[in-house]
Amino acid sequence: MAIAPVSPQMRDHPVPEGDIMEIQMGPSHPASHGTIKFNLRLDGETIVAVDVEIGYLHRGFEKMCEQATWNHVFPYADRLNYASPLLNNVAFALAVEKLAQVPTPERVQYIRVIVGEISRITDHLTCLGMAASELGAISAAFYMIEAREYLYDLVEAITGARLTVTYCRLGGVIKDLPADMAERLAFAFKHTDAVLRDCDKLLSRNRIFVDRMVGVGALSSDDAISYGLTGPLLRATGIPYDVRKAQPYLVYDRMEFEVPTGSRGDNYDRFMVRFAEMRQSMRIVNQAMQQLPDGPIMATDPRFVLPPKREVYGSIEGLMNHFKLVIEGQKIPPGETYHAIEGGNGELGFYLVADGSGRPYRVRVRPPCFYGMGALGKMLTGGMIADIITTFGQVNMIGGECDR
Amino acid sequence: MTTPELLERVTRLAPDATPVPAEQTRGDAAVVVSRERIAAVLAQLKDDPETHFEMLTDVTAVDYLGGTPRFEVVYHLYSLTRNHRLRVKVRLPEEDPSVATASTLWKSALWAEREVFDLFGIRFVGHPDLRRILMYPEFVGHPLRKDYTLNARQPLVPERDPIAQPWRSRSEV
Repeated sequence: MAIAPVSPQMRDHPVPEGDIMEIQMGPSHPASHGTIKFNLRLDGETIVAVDVEIGYLHRGFEKMCEQATWNHVFPYADRLNYASPLLNNVAFALAVEKLAQVPTPERVQYIRVIVGEISRITDHLTCLGMAASELGAISAAFYMIEAREYLYDLVEAITGARLTVTYCRLGGVIKDLPADMAERLAFAFKHTDAVLRDCDKLLSRNRIFVDRMVGVGALSSDDAISYGLTGPLLRATGIPYDVRKAQPYLVYDRMEFEVPTGSRGDNYDRFMVRFAEMRQSMRIVNQAMQQLPDGPIMATDPRFVLPPKREVYGSIEGLMNHFKLVIEGQKIPPGETYHAIEGGNGELGFYLVADGSGRPYRVRVRPPCFYGMGALGKMLTGGMIADIITTFGQVNMIGGECDR
Repeated sequence: MTTPELLERVTRLAPDATPVPAEQTRGDAAVVVSRERIAAVLAQLKDDPETHFEMLTDVTAVDYLGGTPRFEVVYHLYSLTRNHRLRVKVRLPEEDPSVATASTLWKSALWAEREVFDLFGIRFVGHPDLRRILMYPEFVGHPLRKDYTLNARQPLVPERDPIAQPWRSRSEV
């Protein structure tokens, strides 16, 4: 039976009689988290060509944002990368504040660093726990999910929700940290630290795990740069690019932390880079808690920031200000800007265009794992079909962010 | 390199590149390049030792419906060695929204340009694999265009038998 060419890679490999098998893996495959389809061409168990198909979770994020006011976008942003919703919140807030030129109080910047780094740990715990469970190490996955639960409890205490946090606003955050934040944090980090030590012992030198990870899905640093990879995928190839160090935002220039890198760019290095990053994130959170200044948690610019409720209910000016901001939105002067932060998967950037009305003219999110998925075909070709799962797991594709 | 220095270097490399005023970009470095020169300018920016943009971090587009020219394709460049960013924009008319591909310079453009094609209907000439990426092949129209209304409905697509009728590309180039 003649098979229609699917992609250029496949056109380059015409099907010889009887030897090559064409298989479609996904979009709903039990071993792949997230809906994704691999159109595979196999020679035995070796992948000759692969066409990665995404888009199954496309919700029209960018189109929806154009209908909403700037503050309405924050709940949508939560649902991009649902393993680290706070990082998306912070990224969008920073981009809008750059566009509106609203400086934020220092305490807000520290709080955003703290919640962002907690989110990075939950993101990595999810990714690594799932990676371990896909290789059969389900106990390591349960330990990591347990640690994640302690951190989610902490996130719930801070924001009121585990995943759908909607914590940031243009100009600040909606709630201050809880009064017993230090104790809660110490409790959660004590458990996380214990889990990291256990999982390090369980996995890092585990023969089965190492055999399945080392040398699999490797990508050279030149390829990684050309494919636009950032975050752990790029750092695993030995390039120490981290937006927090390269172009510091918030108060990262006051924090002491290291950027872990790998050398081979394979799945094992990606795993270990993420593993080491969690410890660095805990370091950053502890430093930020030490330095945390007192002060307001919201800027006071009446053009963009809702007035305090006391003024809304007690004065006609406050009421009008509130009404105008809610109904018409924040009228950000025309212009455009791009701001990037280090998300869980790499450079998470927002390109925003304002036209002077209360709604965004264009919201473009630069999703880091979209570019990781773009390079996935290159990582998989020539490998074994069983390695799809480990490599795909280490790309850490989050459907909400990749497909938007 | 500061933003004015970078812009000065870019305009020296490509005299026809027009910098966008800093108050409009909130301090970001951005230039507008003509459609005819975009491929050459991007190649120069990548190879020049002072700009050295080895990474294309993003390609996107904006639809300025009612304006002429209507579309704007936006390239976000980043230099790892020099640690600076640049936004390169090219404006495309409504009747022929096509531009040379950047995928020969950076492989990240392979998927990014597919997405812009899918959502905006902008054709990238020379792209090896220009087909829809987020939408399904039978999708009618380009959803991020401003004249694609929110309540637009799509026609029903007959069921595909994946064995008898394998998924095939519907490349429009």
